[in-house]
Amino acid sequence: MEQAKTVVEMRNITKRFPGIVANDRVNFTLKKGEIHALLGENGAGKSTLMNILFGLYQPDEGEILVNGQRVDIDGPNKAIKLGIGMVHQHFKLVHPFTVTENIVLGSEPRKWLGLAVDRKLAREKVGKLSQQYGLNVDPNAKIDEISVGMQQRVEILKTLYRGADILIFDEPTAVLTPQEIGELLVIMRNLVSQGKSIILITHKLKEIMAIADRVTIVRRGKVIDSLPVAGTNPNQLAEKMVGREVSLMLDKKDAVPGEPILEVENLFVKGRQGLNALKGTTFSLRRGEILGIAGVEGNGQSELIEALTGLRPVASGSIKVGGSQVAGEKPRVISEAGISLIPEDRHKHGLVLDFPVRENMVLETYYQKPFNKRGFLDYEEIGKHAERLVKDFDVRTPSIQTDARALSGGNQQKAIIAREIDKNPDVLIAAQPTRGLDVGAIEFIHKRLVEQRNMGKAVLLVSYELDEIMQLSDRIAVIYEGRIVGEVRPSETNDQELGLMMTNIAPEQGGADRE
Amino acid sequence: MDAATIGHMLNTAFVFSTALILTALGGILSERSGVVNIGLEGLMTAGAFASAVSAYWAQEAGYGALSPWIGIAAGAIFGMVFSVIHAVATITFRADQVVSGVVINFIAGGATLYLVKVLFEGSGETSLVNEVFHKVKIPLLSDIPIIGEGLFNAYPTTYLALILVGLIYYMLYKSPFGLRLRSVGEHPGAADTVGIKVLRMRYAAVLMSGILAGLGGATIAMTTTGSFSHNTISGQGFIALAAVIFGKWNPLGALGAALFFGFAQSINNVLQLFDFSSHVPSEFIYMLPYVLTILVLVGAVGRSRAPGALGEPYFQGKR
Amino acid sequence: MNKLLKAFTKESAVVPLIAILLGLIVGAIIMLLGGYDPILAYRSLLETVFGNRYDFAETLTAITPILFTGLAVAFAFRTGLFNIGAEGQYIMGMTGATIIGVTVHLPWYLHAPLAILVGAVFGGAWGLIAGYLKAARGVNEVITTIMLNWIALHLANYLVNRFLLEPGKGRSYMVDESASVALVSLSRFMDNARLHWGMFFALLAVVFFYVYLWRTKQGYELRVVGSNPDAAAYAGINVNRGIVKAMFISGALAGLAGVFQVLGVFHTQVISAGHTGHGFDGVAVALLGGNTPIGVLLGAILFGTLSYGAAGMSFGADVPPEIIRIVIGSVIFFVAAPGIIRWFMKLVSAKKRKEEAM
Repeated sequence: MEQAKTVVEMRNITKRFPGIVANDRVNFTLKKGEIHALLGENGAGKSTLMNILFGLYQPDEGEILVNGQRVDIDGPNKAIKLGIGMVHQHFKLVHPFTVTENIVLGSEPRKWLGLAVDRKLAREKVGKLSQQYGLNVDPNAKIDEISVGMQQRVEILKTLYRGADILIFDEPTAVLTPQEIGELLVIMRNLVSQGKSIILITHKLKEIMAIADRVTIVRRGKVIDSLPVAGTNPNQLAEKMVGREVSLMLDKKDAVPGEPILEVENLFVKGRQGLNALKGTTFSLRRGEILGIAGVEGNGQSELIEALTGLRPVASGSIKVGGSQVAGEKPRVISEAGISLIPEDRHKHGLVLDFPVRENMVLETYYQKPFNKRGFLDYEEIGKHAERLVKDFDVRTPSIQTDARALSGGNQQKAIIAREIDKNPDVLIAAQPTRGLDVGAIEFIHKRLVEQRNMGKAVLLVSYELDEIMQLSDRIAVIYEGRIVGEVRPSETNDQELGLMMTNIAPEQGGADRE
Repeated sequence: MDAATIGHMLNTAFVFSTALILTALGGILSERSGVVNIGLEGLMTAGAFASAVSAYWAQEAGYGALSPWIGIAAGAIFGMVFSVIHAVATITFRADQVVSGVVINFIAGGATLYLVKVLFEGSGETSLVNEVFHKVKIPLLSDIPIIGEGLFNAYPTTYLALILVGLIYYMLYKSPFGLRLRSVGEHPGAADTVGIKVLRMRYAAVLMSGILAGLGGATIAMTTTGSFSHNTISGQGFIALAAVIFGKWNPLGALGAALFFGFAQSINNVLQLFDFSSHVPSEFIYMLPYVLTILVLVGAVGRSRAPGALGEPYFQGKR
Repeated sequence: MNKLLKAFTKESAVVPLIAILLGLIVGAIIMLLGGYDPILAYRSLLETVFGNRYDFAETLTAITPILFTGLAVAFAFRTGLFNIGAEGQYIMGMTGATIIGVTVHLPWYLHAPLAILVGAVFGGAWGLIAGYLKAARGVNEVITTIMLNWIALHLANYLVNRFLLEPGKGRSYMVDESASVALVSLSRFMDNARLHWGMFFALLAVVFFYVYLWRTKQGYELRVVGSNPDAAAYAGINVNRGIVKAMFISGALAGLAGVFQVLGVFHTQVISAGHTGHGFDGVAVALLGGNTPIGVLLGAILFGTLSYGAAGMSFGADVPPEIIRIVIGSVIFFVAAPGIIRWFMKLVSAKKRKEEAM
C-alpha cells in the first residue's frame, strides 16, 4: 500500500464554549490527495473543528501540524498562507460585486503604484484559473445574477486563487441538484488529481459513499471512528453518527387519499424582478396525502408558497381551498380558509425572535377569541394555550416567557409546527421543514407530518432534500421554471430520474438563476 | 433673469453646499463601511468650534492670511477626535450606532459651548475672526458666462470639496482600499475570511468621517460667520445625512444632492428679489428647499439600497 | 410588588444606575479641568431643583414636554421607526392648540378639551405624513421627518403671522382663559410657578404607552411590525397600515407636548427663529429609558432635573450650564454601551476572563 504523505494532523484538539465542549480531544489526519469526509449531526463539532483549522477559532488545547510542521493558525490569513482554503456552506460572497472582485478581494492585483486595482489583470487571472480547473465562471457577472451552483464555484476559485492545496468543503451539496452534485464530485476528483487534498464536511451519507476515501465520524464533540469508506455502508455510518440504531426508512403505511382539497390551476405569479416566477402552475392536493414538490431552489417554489399563503399577489389563475377561490386574498383570509404554513425561513416568517414564546404561539390567532377580548389581550388564555402547545409538542424551553431567540433551532421549529398544526388546517404547507436540524428533530417532524396525513389532512411538502421528498411523499410533482413538469410516485422513480426532471432540458443551465 | 443672476445663484448654491458636500462625504465613508453616523451634526459642531478658536488665536499670534487654513486643519483634527468616541463605542463595544451618534451630538454640542464660555470669559460666541477665507477667482475660467461666476469664483474650501469628491470617488471605486471598505460594509463575514481586518477598516472609515465632517463645520465658520456660537451649526449635519441617503451612498450622488439643497437655498435668496415674491409669504420661500427634497424623494428616488451590513455590529469570529 | 422589587435589583437596573454615576463623574472631571468645583456645582444643581417650591414646580413643568416627546420617540422605536420628527410634530401640535385657543370661544369644559384634541390631531397628522411616505413609497423616514421639522417651523410661523398675530407683537394673541389648562391655585401655592394639567396627562400617556403596546391587540400588531415585519405580514398584519398608525400616534404624543406648553405654560405662540429642542431631547429620553414606559418616565425626570438644575450651577458655581449636556450625553453613552460598564465592572472585580457568551 502506498504510504501517502500526511498533510494535516490535528492532535487532541479541545475547544470549549460556555456550557459546551464543542471539540473533546479530537484527532484528525488528512493525507495528501485524499478526500476525507467529516461526518456528524448538526452541532456535533465538525464545523468547529474546521473553523479551528481555518483559523477562525483558536483551540483551547491541542496542536496542529501542516505538512509535518507545528503551526499556530491565528487567523484566516495564516491559514491561507499555509495553503488551507475553505468553501463555506453559507457563501461569503459580496452580492453587488462581480465574480472577479469577489475572488481577488484582499489580494487584488495592482497598478499605478498600488493605488488602483488592475481589473484587466484580475479578470485574466480569474479566467485562466477557471479554465485550469474546469470551473467555468463568467468573470464579469455580478454575484446576485448568477446561479447558486456558479456561486459555489466562485467560492472554490477564491481558495484556488490564493494557492490553496488543502480545501475544506462545508456542506457543499445542500443547494445543488443531483446533476450539479455530480458535477461537483467531478470537480473534486479533478482537484485531487492535480495534487489537492480535500476535507468534506457533510451529513449526507450517499455522497460520502460516492466520493470519499476515508470518513471520520464525530458525535457530541468526540471522534467516534475513522475508517476507509470502502469498508462500510450508510446504515453503519448513520448508527455511528447518531449513536443508536437508526431506521433510514420511515415506517409509513399507505395513504388513503380523499377528495381534492387544494386545487391550483394555471397560476401565474410575478417574482422579484417583475418576471413571471410561476407560469401556469397546475396541481391538486387531496385530503389524506402528502404531495412533495421537488425542484432546484429558484424554480418558483418560494413564489408558489407565497401565493398560496397570500403573501404575494396572483397575476392570474385560480387557487381553490375546499371549493372556495382564495387566489389573491389576504393572508388572514387564506389562513381562516384552512391553509397553514411551516415557513422556509423560521427566523424571517415564522417567529418574532424578540417576543416570548407565548406571544409567538398566537402570532396568527391573537385577534380571535379567547385571546382577544374587545381589543385587549387576555394573557391568561394566551399563557394556557402556549403551555399546552409546549407540552404536546415537546418544545424545550425554560418557560413560556422566554424569548424565542433563546431556543435552539429544533425547538423553534417545533414551536412553529405546534402553532400551525394546532390551527387544525385542512392544508398544511411544509417548506423546508427540517432544514438545519439534527436527526432527532427531523424524525419528530417527519412523524408529525405523516400523522397529519393519516388524520386526513392534506400536506404540501416543498423541500430541496430529495431524500425527504422520497421518504415522505405519496406523490411527487416536479417544478421547473414555474411549471409542474412531471408527476410520479416515489416507488416508481429514483434520484437520477427526478434529477433529470428537475432540470428538464440541459443539465448545465438548470434555469435556476432568477432569484 | 439674466446671465449674471443665474451665475450668482449658482455661486450661492456652491457656497452653501460646500459644507454639506464635505460632511456628506464623511457620512458616505462611515456608512459604506457599515457604521451608521447620525452624529454628523455634532462632528460639524466640533469642527466649527475648533476652527473658530484656532483661527482666532492664529490671527492674534500674527499668522495673518494663514489663519483660516490653520482653522480648518484644527477643525478636521477636532472632528476626528470626536469621531473616536463613536468608533470606540460602536466598533469595539458594539453599542447601538444610532444611540452613539445621538450621544456625539449631545456631547459635542455641550462641550463646544462649554469651552467657548471657559475660553472667552463667559461669552456665548468666539471672538470674531477677521482673517477668514475670501473668494478666489480662477483667472480666465471665471470669465466664462454663467459658469464662470458660478463655479470659478469660490472659496478655496469649495475647490477643496470638489477635489475631495473626485478623490473619494476614485478611492471608493478604483482603489483596493475602496473595494475592501465596501466589502466590509456589504458582507463583513466575506471580508473577514479573506483576511481583511474588518474592525480596523471601520475605524479608519469612521475617523475619516470625523475629519471630513469637521472640515465641513470648519468651512462654515471660516467662510460665512467668522465665529462660533450655539447656532453656527443648526441642522446642516442632518441635511448632510439626508444628502448621503438621497445620493445613494455615492460621492457623486451626494454631490448632486448637496448642490440641490444649495440651489434650493439660493433660490430662496434670489426669489426675494422678484416682484411676485411680495405676494408669496416669506415663510413659504423658506420652506421651499425642504418641500422640494421630499417631492424629489417621493417622485424619483424612492427606495434606495443601503450598504448590506449597515448598522450591524461585527462580532469577530461569529459563525 | 414582588415584580417591582425584582425589576430594581436585576442586573439591568444596576447598569443604568452605574451609567448615571459615571456620567456625573465625567462631568465632574471636565469641571475640574476647567478649574471649577464639581461638588459645589452638583450641590447648586440639587439646591436649585429641590431648594424651593417655585423651582421644584418649574422642574416638573420642564419635565412634562420631554416626557411626551420621549414617549413619542420610544413609541416609534417600538414599531421599528426612527422618529426624529418629534420637533416638527411638537410645533404642529402647539399650533393646532393655539388656533383653537385663540379663534374659537367656548365654555371651559369644551374649549380646553377641544384645543387639546385638535393639537394632538395636528401633531398626529404631521407624523402621519412621514409614515405614509414610508409605507407607500418606501421613503426613509429619517430624511422626511428632518425635512418636516423645518417645514413645520416655517408653516407655524406663517399661520401665526397671518391669522393669529397680535399687532405689534411677535406672537399670537393670548389664548382664551377658557382654554388654559394652568393649575391656578396650585401654581400660586408654589410661588407662582407655572404648573398645569399637562403633567397629569403626561403620566396618563405613560400608562397609555404601556397598556396600548402590551395589552391591546393593536399594540401587539405594532410591536410585531417593529420587531419582524416579515412575520407580521405572514400573521396577516397590514404592515403599511401599522407604520402609518404608529407614526400618527407618535406624532400625536409629540404634539401633546406642544399643546400643553401653549395651553399651560406660555398661553401664546411666539414666532420662532429656531427649534426649541424638545423633540431632539425626546430622542435622548427615549434612549435613556430603553424605550420602556417606566424607563422613559425616569429618563425624562433625570433629563429634566439635570437640565433645569444646570442654570443653578451657573449661578452657584459659575459653571457654564452646557456642561450638563456633556453629562447627559455621557449617561446615554454608558446606558447604550452596557458592554463598557460590564467591562468596567469586570475590571473592578478583578475577573479576567473576557469570553463572549454568544
